[in-house]
Amino acid sequence: MRSGMSLIAALAAGVLTLAGCGGDGGTTGGGSGPGGLTVPKIDELAALGAGEGEVNVVSWAGYVEDGSTDKAVDWVTGFEKETGCQVNNKIAGTSDEMVSLMKTGEYDVVSASGDASLRLIYGGDVAPVNTDLIANYKDVFDGLKNKQWNSVDGAAYGVPHGRGANLLMYRTDTVTPAPTSWSVVFDPASPYKGKITAYDSPIYIADAALYLMKTKPDLKITNPYALDDTQFQAAVDLLKQQNELIGEYWSDYTKEVQAFKAGNSVLGTTWQVIQNLTEADGAPVESILPSEGATGWSDTWMVAAKAKHPNCSYLWMNHIISPQANAGVAEWFGEAPSNKLSCALTADKSHCATFHAEDEDYFEQVWYWTTPLAQCVDGRTDVTCKDYAAWTQAWTTIKG
Amino acid sequence: MTLSAPARWALRATMALGLVFIYVPLLLVLVNSFNGDRTFAWPPHDWTTQWWAAAWANEGARQALLTSVEAGLGATAIALVLGTMVAFAVQRFRFFGRDTVSLLVILPIALPGIVTGIALDSAWRSVMGDLGIGKGLFSVVVGHATFCVVTVYNNVLARLRRTGTNLEEASADLGAGPWQTFRYVTFPMIRSALLAGGLLAFALSFDEIIVTTFTAGPGITTLPIWIFNNLFRPNQAPIVNVVAAVLIVLSVLPVWLAQRIAGPEAGASRT
Amino acid sequence: MSTVVTGPGRKAGSFLHRHPGLRLAGFLSAPLLWLVVAYLGALAVLLISAFWTVDGFTGETVRAFSLTNFQTLFSEEVYRNVTLRSLGVATAVTVICMLIAVPMAFFMAKVASPRSRHWLVIAILTPLWASYLVKAYAWRILLANGGPVDSLLGGPGNGPGYGLVATVIVLSYLWLPYMILPIYAGLERLPDSLLEASADLGARAGRTFRSVVLPTLIPSVFAGSIFTFSLSLGDYITVQIVGGKSQLIGNLVYANIGAANNLPFAAAIATVPVLIMVIYLLAVRRSGALEEL
Repeated sequence: MRSGMSLIAALAAGVLTLAGCGGDGGTTGGGSGPGGLTVPKIDELAALGAGEGEVNVVSWAGYVEDGSTDKAVDWVTGFEKETGCQVNNKIAGTSDEMVSLMKTGEYDVVSASGDASLRLIYGGDVAPVNTDLIANYKDVFDGLKNKQWNSVDGAAYGVPHGRGANLLMYRTDTVTPAPTSWSVVFDPASPYKGKITAYDSPIYIADAALYLMKTKPDLKITNPYALDDTQFQAAVDLLKQQNELIGEYWSDYTKEVQAFKAGNSVLGTTWQVIQNLTEADGAPVESILPSEGATGWSDTWMVAAKAKHPNCSYLWMNHIISPQANAGVAEWFGEAPSNKLSCALTADKSHCATFHAEDEDYFEQVWYWTTPLAQCVDGRTDVTCKDYAAWTQAWTTIKG
Repeated sequence: MTLSAPARWALRATMALGLVFIYVPLLLVLVNSFNGDRTFAWPPHDWTTQWWAAAWANEGARQALLTSVEAGLGATAIALVLGTMVAFAVQRFRFFGRDTVSLLVILPIALPGIVTGIALDSAWRSVMGDLGIGKGLFSVVVGHATFCVVTVYNNVLARLRRTGTNLEEASADLGAGPWQTFRYVTFPMIRSALLAGGLLAFALSFDEIIVTTFTAGPGITTLPIWIFNNLFRPNQAPIVNVVAAVLIVLSVLPVWLAQRIAGPEAGASRT
Repeated sequence: MSTVVTGPGRKAGSFLHRHPGLRLAGFLSAPLLWLVVAYLGALAVLLISAFWTVDGFTGETVRAFSLTNFQTLFSEEVYRNVTLRSLGVATAVTVICMLIAVPMAFFMAKVASPRSRHWLVIAILTPLWASYLVKAYAWRILLANGGPVDSLLGGPGNGPGYGLVATVIVLSYLWLPYMILPIYAGLERLPDSLLEASADLGARAGRTFRSVVLPTLIPSVFAGSIFTFSLSLGDYITVQIVGGKSQLIGNLVYANIGAANNLPFAAAIATVPVLIMVIYLLAVRRSGALEEL
C-alpha cells in the first residue's frame, strides 16, 4: 500500500508538471516542411554484440508465432533457445497503430508496411540497418531491396519480409461478365450497388489514384502516392461517388471471407490469401490483377532508433528472413516470401507460384504502399503533395 | 400490486421473449463452435469437434485467460478498497463537495472507454514513462480499477444506507475498538454488497477491450485482446467460438455462487 | 478474537472517534488521489492536448496553443453529421433497452417467485461473461445475407443487413443487462407491502404503477441509461463488425489516434462525447440516478 501511495504521488507530481509547463517537447528531429525534408541523423549499429535477453516486437497477426496458436506453427521458440532473446510480441491491427506503438519507445522492432515505414523514418523513430550484420539479407529478392518505402538515399532502413498485391475479387456466380478492370468498382451505374467492398484505410485513396492515373491522363498522375491538390481532389471525388456503391469497408479478413461467402459482398479489393480461404470454404470466387495494375504491400522489419535491445533486434531480423522462418511465415500468413531460398522450403510446394513470389513481371505492375508526404514522393518539387494526415482526414469525409 | 391475469401473462411473455433475445446469439456461438466452416457459414453443412481439440491445445488462449484473471483480480482488489472507502466517506460524513465525489466516481465508467483509454495511455507515457516504468500488466490493472471503483461504491453505499449506524454505535458503547467493530459488525453487514460489487467489477474488467487496448504493454495479452487478434483470422476464428462457449458455461459458476451467498440476506432485507 | 485491543490501538481509535475530520480524510485520501490525480489529471492532459497540433512530417506533437483542431471540427460538415448520427444511435439504443428492460425487471422483481428470481438474475448476468466481440460477431452471422434473421423474415435480403439498424440492434443486445440490473435492483428494494397498501386503499394497478412504482423506476432507468448511452456513444468496434459502411464518433477518435498519429485531433474529437456525457450526467443527477447504478 505504501509503495502504491508513493507511486500515485509521483504520478500526481508528473501530471502537474506536464499540465503546468507543457513539457519541453523532447527532440525536435530533423528538418520539416517541404523542401527541408531531411532524415534525422541516426547511426546504424556498427557491430553485433551479445544478446540482451529479450526483444519487444510489434507485428502483424501471424508474423510472430511461438506455437501458442498452433503447435506446428512455431519459428520463435527455436530462436529464443538459440539466442537467449525472449520475444515479447504485440500485435497491431493497422499500420497507423504500428506507428503509434513505435512512438511509445517501448518496442525494438516492427514489421512495418510501406504506408508506415516512411513515417517512421522521417519521424526519427527507426534507425538505418547495417545489412552487413544480417547474413540472410543477401538472399532477399532484389526486387525488394532499396526501395522507396524501405530506404533513403541508398541506406537501408530495414529488411524486407514479404509482399502481396491488392487484387480484385469477385463472385463468379453473380458478377458477369468477368471484370478485367477496376472500372467495375467505380461505375456509378453498377448493378452490384450495395455489394461492393473496399479496404478500410486512408491508403485506399491510392487505389482510386491508380485508376485515375490510367484513365484520366489529363491529371498527370505519375505515382498514386504523390498527389497534388487537383489530383487528390479528383481521387477523393471518385471515392465519394464510390461510397454510394459500397456495402461495407473491410479491414480484417474473417469479415471479408464471411461477407463474400454470404453474398453481402460480391466485388471488391482483396488479398490473395483471402481469396484462397474463401475458395477453400466453397464460395465461387476468383481474383485478378486488373489491367491498370494494383496497389500492394511489402512489409519491412525495422529497428527502433532508441532500441533498448539492439543486438537481439538484429538477431531477430536475421532470423525472421532466414529461409526456414520466412517460408513458415509466408505460408501461415499467406504472402510471397522475401527470401529466394524460402520457395524450396514451403510445405505446399506450389506456394510461391500461387503468390507469384518469383514473378518479377507480376510485381512490376504493383505500386507498393508508400507513405504520402508533402514533399512529393514522385520527385516533383514545384508543387506540394497531400501528406498522410490530409489523406486520413479525407478518408473520414469520404466515409461520411 | 395485484395484477390482472392478462397483465401477468404479458409480463411473463416479455420475459420469455427477452431471454430468447439474450440467448439465441449465445446459442449460435455454441453451435458454431462445432461448425466445420472456418467463417461460420450458415446453415452449417458439416460438423466437427476439431476446434474444441485445437482450443484445448491452444496455449495462447490459456495464457490470455490467466492474464485476464490476474488483471481482473488486481483491479477488483483495488476497486474493493477504494470503493468501500469512498462509500463510507459519502454515507457517514457530511462535507463540502460530497455530491461531486459521487459524480467523480461515476465519471470513469460514464465517459466512453476510448476517452478513458487514450487519456490514461498518454498520461502513462508522459509521466510513468519518464520514471522508467513502461506499460505492462500493472497499467492494465490501473486502467481497469479506475472504472471498476463505481460498482463496489454503489453496492456498499446502498447497503450502508439501509443498515444505518446503530449496530456500530452499540459495538463501540460495549467497548469494542474500531478494528473490532469493523471486523465483527461492519464487515459482516457489507460482505454481500462487497461480493456483488466485486463480482461486477471483475466481470467488467474481464470483458474490457477498449481501455485494455490502450493500456496494455508489450507482451500483455488479456483474453479479449487475444480474441480480438484471433477472431479476425479465419484459421483461428472457430477456436475463439470454443473459448467463448467455455466462458459462458464457466461463468454460471461464480454468478451462482455469489447469488447463493448474497441470496438469503438479500431476501431478508426486503421488509 | 477475544483479546482486548491494546492501549495504543484503543487510544488511536478514540482519538479518531473524536476527530471525524481525520477519519473522513483517511477514507477519502486514497480514492481521491487515485481518481483526481490519476484519472482527472490524465483527462485534463488529454483535453489540453486538444489545443496542440502535430507536425505533418515527423509526427511530433507541437505543444503550442492552437485552435486549428476545433476549427476543423466545427467547419467540416462530416464531423457534425457523425456526431448527430452517434447521438441518434445512443438514444435509440437507450430507448430500446429501456422498453425491453422495464417489463423484464418488473417481472423478475415482483411477479416471479423468489426461487426463480435467483435463476433469472443468473440468466441475465451470464451473458456479461461471454466476450463482447464474440457476441457482436455472432450477430454478424445472424444478420448475414441469407443468414438466420433473413430466413426468419422470408429469404435473403429481407433482414436489415449490415448498417445503422444492425448497429442499433447489436448495441441494444450488448448493453441490455446493464439496463435490466439497476432497474431490477431498484424495484426489488420497493417493498411489496407498499404495493399491497396501495391496492388496499383502492388504487387500481395503473394508479399504483404511476404513484408507487414510477418514482422508484425513474432513477433506476436513468442509472441504466448512463451505461447504455455512454457505452453506445464510445463504441467503435461493433459498428465495424455490423455497421456496413457507417462510422460513429468512436471510429473518428480511433482513426485519428492511430492514423497520422494525430493525438491532438483525436483529443479534440473526444471532447464531444465527454461534453455530451457530462451534460447528461448533470441532467440525470437531479433524479437521484447516480445512486442507483
